[in-house]
Amino acid sequence: MARFPGLSNFEKSVGAKLRQVTWGLVLLLCLCAGIGYAMLYSAANGSPEPWAWRHVVRFAAGLVLMLGIAVIDIRLWLRIAYPVYAVALGLLTFVEFFGVSGFGAQRWLDLWLFQLQPSEVMKIALVLALARCFHGLTHQEVHRPVMLVLPLVLVLAPATLVLRQPDLGTAILLLMSGGALFFVAGVRLWAFGAALAAGLAAIPLGWPFLHDYQRERILTFLNPERDPLGAGYHILQSKIALGSGGMFGKGFLAGTQSHLSFLPERQTDFIFTMLAEEFGLVGGLTLLGLYVLIMIYGIAISLRSTSHFGRLLGIGVTATFFVYVFINMAMVTGLIPVVGVPLPMVSYGGTALMTLMIGLGLLIGVYIHRDVAIPRRPGAVV
Amino acid sequence: MPHRDLERIKTFNRRTALLAGGKLVLLSALVGRLYYLQVVQSDRYAMLADENRISIRLLPPPRGRIFDRLGELLAANRLNYRVVLIAEQTPSVEATLETLGKLIPIGERDVRRVLRDIHRRRAFVPITVRDNLSWTEVSRVEVNAPDLPGIVIDVGQRREYPLGATAAHVTGYVAAVSESELTGDPLLELPGFQIGKSGIEKAYDLALRGKAGNSQVEVNAFGRVIRELSRNGGQPGDDLVLTLDAGLQRYVADRLAGKSAAAVALDIHTGDVLALTSSPSHDPNGFTEGLSRAAWQRLVGNPRKPLLSKAIAGQYPPGSTFKMIVVLAALESGALTPQHRVTCTGEIEFGDRKFHCWKRGGHGTLAMLEAIEQSCDVYFYDISLRVGVDRIAAMARRFGLGEPTGIDLAGELAGLVPDRDWKLATYDARWQRGETLVTGIGQGYMLATPLQLAVMTARLANGGKAVTPRLVRVTEGSDEPEIADLGISAASLKIVTEGMRRVVNSPRGTAYKARIDDAAMAMAGKTGTSQVRRIGKSERLSGVRRNEDRPWDERDHALFVAFAPVRAPQYAVAVVVEHGGSGSRVAAPIARDILRETQRRDPARAGGAGRVATAPPRPGDA
Repeated sequence: MARFPGLSNFEKSVGAKLRQVTWGLVLLLCLCAGIGYAMLYSAANGSPEPWAWRHVVRFAAGLVLMLGIAVIDIRLWLRIAYPVYAVALGLLTFVEFFGVSGFGAQRWLDLWLFQLQPSEVMKIALVLALARCFHGLTHQEVHRPVMLVLPLVLVLAPATLVLRQPDLGTAILLLMSGGALFFVAGVRLWAFGAALAAGLAAIPLGWPFLHDYQRERILTFLNPERDPLGAGYHILQSKIALGSGGMFGKGFLAGTQSHLSFLPERQTDFIFTMLAEEFGLVGGLTLLGLYVLIMIYGIAISLRSTSHFGRLLGIGVTATFFVYVFINMAMVTGLIPVVGVPLPMVSYGGTALMTLMIGLGLLIGVYIHRDVAIPRRPGAVV
Repeated sequence: MPHRDLERIKTFNRRTALLAGGKLVLLSALVGRLYYLQVVQSDRYAMLADENRISIRLLPPPRGRIFDRLGELLAANRLNYRVVLIAEQTPSVEATLETLGKLIPIGERDVRRVLRDIHRRRAFVPITVRDNLSWTEVSRVEVNAPDLPGIVIDVGQRREYPLGATAAHVTGYVAAVSESELTGDPLLELPGFQIGKSGIEKAYDLALRGKAGNSQVEVNAFGRVIRELSRNGGQPGDDLVLTLDAGLQRYVADRLAGKSAAAVALDIHTGDVLALTSSPSHDPNGFTEGLSRAAWQRLVGNPRKPLLSKAIAGQYPPGSTFKMIVVLAALESGALTPQHRVTCTGEIEFGDRKFHCWKRGGHGTLAMLEAIEQSCDVYFYDISLRVGVDRIAAMARRFGLGEPTGIDLAGELAGLVPDRDWKLATYDARWQRGETLVTGIGQGYMLATPLQLAVMTARLANGGKAVTPRLVRVTEGSDEPEIADLGISAASLKIVTEGMRRVVNSPRGTAYKARIDDAAMAMAGKTGTSQVRRIGKSERLSGVRRNEDRPWDERDHALFVAFAPVRAPQYAVAVVVEHGGSGSRVAAPIARDILRETQRRDPARAGGAGRVATAPPRPGDA
C-alpha cells in the first residue's frame, strides 16, 4: 500500500464492506441461478439428479467466492493485474504442449484435485490487465497508436492461443470484451475501423488454418439445410423447439423437443432453448430482462467508480457478461454459428460459472471501493 | 482533478453510453429474433415439433374369416405366440438366449440371426427369437420369466386353414407382400403383413383385409415409443360364407387322393360350387408359416403341379363329354333329327385319312340316342361334317365353353373352342374339314377346364339355363339373381339328357358299371377319354399300346360329366383324371361316388343323414 500513499486512509472493515455489497445484484444472480435450477431439473426429466442440485452447490460456492473477491481492496487487483495475466498466459501456453485432450479441445489442465481451464482464467486476467493498462494512459496517450501496442498484444496473444486449441467461442469472447475496453478507454474510432478491416482481410488467410469442424459450423450456419441430420441438426432442432414454444410455452417439464431428446446439449449450451420451449417467449424475455438488469448494474457501478481502473474493470466484466449472454442466445436462435458458449448462471458446468462469479465479485468490489481514488501512476498525486 | 483526467472521464462516459446503446441494439435483434421464431413462425415450428415426436403406427386389422356353407371354418386367425428379445433389458444377450434354449428348442440359425439383428437395431427394438410357440412352450417361458430378462412373449395373428390341403385351391393362401404388389397403401408395407395370393383369399382380398386402424404414438429422437396418444381401431375384414360344402370337399379330396385329377360339383340351379378340388394339393398353412426353399422347390418342381388348381386352370380336350354339344348343334340348327342313322364299321375314311371309332369292330347302325349311349365316334364324325364346325362352336360357347366362367377365383383359364375364324386368325390357315371331325369328338384344338365341363353339364341338366358358378353365398335378404335362358328347345335337351341317362343306366351304356342303383339318386352322365398324343398309323397296325404301357404323361385323360338325380336334376359333377386312362373305368366311378355323396348330404333329403360324411367307398367296385 505504501506505493499508493494518499489512499491508505481508505480502509474499511470486512463487515462494513459486506454491508456495501449490491444485494440487488446478488438477488438478480440468485434468480438467474434459480431459473437454472428449474431448467436443469426439467432437463433431467424432473429430477435434481444429476445436474440441478450440483448446479446449486456450485452456485453457492461461487457466491462465497464472489463475496470474498468483492471485499478485497481494488488496489490489490491493480497491483497484481499483470502478474495474474502472466500466469494465465503461461498456463495457456502450457496446455498448448501438455494439456489433456478433452472434448476435442486441449483446454483442460489437470491439477490433481480439479481440472483448470486456463482460457477461463484468461477471461478475467485479460480484463484486469487491460484495465490496468488503460488506467495508466492519459487521454492523449490513448490517441497515440504506439501506446496501443501493449494492449493489442495483451488481447491477441491469448486469443491466438485459444484459437489454436481450438476454442472459437473463447477467442471471440476475448476479442469482444477486449474490444469493449479499447472502446471505452477512448481509442480513436478509426483504429477500430482499421482493426475490422485487418480482421476481414485475415478471413481468407485464416480459413485454411481453421479446423474442419469449425469450417463445417460456419458453412452450416450459412445454410442450415445443407446437412439437416448432421451439423445442421442441432440448430434446426433448437429453432423447432423455440418456435413450437410459442408465446407462453408448453409448460414446465412438458417441452417435447427437449424431453424427447431432439434437442442436443439441453443442460449446457442449449438450455435457453429449453426455457423458451417450456415457458415460451415470455419465459425467454424474463431471463433476458434479468440479464439486462444485471448489465445495468454493471454499467451503473462502472460510471459510479472514482478510479479509472474501477470503471474499466466494471465495463470489462459487464462486457464479458454481455458477450456470454449474446453469443449463447444468438447461437441457439440461429443468428450466429454454434460456437459453444454457455448461458451465464443457468447452463450446467462449473468453470464458466466460476469465471463469471469471479468477474462479478470484481464488479461488486468496484462498487464497494467506488470512492477509492487511484493515481494513474504509482506515487503520483491525485 | 487534472484536465486530462476529466477529458478521459468524459470520453469514458460517452463511450460507455454508446457501448450500452450498441448492446441494446444487439439485444433488440435477439428479442426480434425470438419474436419471429416464437410468434410469427410459431405454427410452422409447432407442426415440425409434432412431426418430430408423433409417429403414426398402423394397426393391422384382423382378416375376415372364411366359412363353408354350413358354417365350418375354412380360414381363421390363430394367435401366434412369439418369443421376442429386447436387448436393452438383459445384461447379457448370449446368456439369456442360452437359458431360453434350455426351455424351448431354438435353432442355431435363429441364435445367429438374433445376435446379428441385435447389433443392427436399436437396443429397445424387440427381435423375434422364435414364433409359432406351442402353449406348453409359452407357459414354460412365462414360468421362468424371472430368469429370462429381456424375454417377452408377444402375441400376433396368423392365418390358419383348418382343412389344410383339402380346400387349398378354393381358399388359396396368404403370404408376405411382394415388391410388385405394393400399391402405396402403407398397410402393405407393415412388416409381417400378409395378403391373399391365390383363391378366395386373393379374389376377395380387399374385403377380407378390412381397414387398418392406427395408433398415434409419441417417440423420442431415437425412435423409442414413449406413450400412445390416440388409437383408432380400424375395421376388421368381412367374414365370407362360401357355397362350398367342407364335408363334401373333404370327401372329394379323399376320393381323388393319389391321382392327378380335378373334380367340381355344382348346384345346377344356383351355380353354387359345392366342391372344387384339385389333386395333388398343398398345405396353405405352409405359406403363412413361411416356406423353406427346399419345400418351395418341391412344390414347384412336382410334375403333377400341386400349386395349380386344375379345376379352373387345367385345360383338357373334353373328348366324348363334348358330344352333347354336337348333338344339340345338329338338332337346334335343324340339320338333323334324332332319327338320323349312321352305320359304324369302326372307322371312316375322309380325304386320305382314316378316322377310327374307339370300338374297333364298330357299333353297327345307330340312331342318335344310341350313339350318345355308346359314344360312337363314327356317328359323331358324320354329324359334325353335316353340321359344320362354326355351328358346333357357337353351341359350345352357349354352354360356357371357350371363355372363363367368371367364377370368383383368380387364375381361371378360358379353354378353347376352335372355329374357322379362329383358325384363320391364329394360324393364318384355312380350316380343314378333317379338323371338324376331330372337333366333333372333343379332340383336336378343343380345350375345356373341369369347371367349364361342370357348368356345361349343369346347363344341360337345368333345362338350358345360363347358370354360372359362384363360390360366395348370396347374402341373406338379397334376391337370387335371375338366370337367363339359353333358348334351347326342350325337345333337343330331352334327347341329350335321355342319352346321358342311358350312358349310365342302359346295359349298353359306356358307364353302366358306374350307375347308382338307388332310383331316387340315379345319375346321368357321359364318359370321355381324350387322347394326349396322336396314335400313328404304324402303331395302329401293330396294335395300339395299352394305356398302362405308355409313360404316365402320354396316357389318356379320363373324363366324366354327370348330373343327378335323373328324375329331378339338382347337382352336376365333372371329373378329370389326368392321364388316368379310360373315362368309363376311372372317371365315372369317382363321379358316381361324388354325386352319391352330394345327394346324401343334401339338406333337403329326409333323415338329415346327409350332414354326416361317410367313408368313401373304395374304387374298383365299378
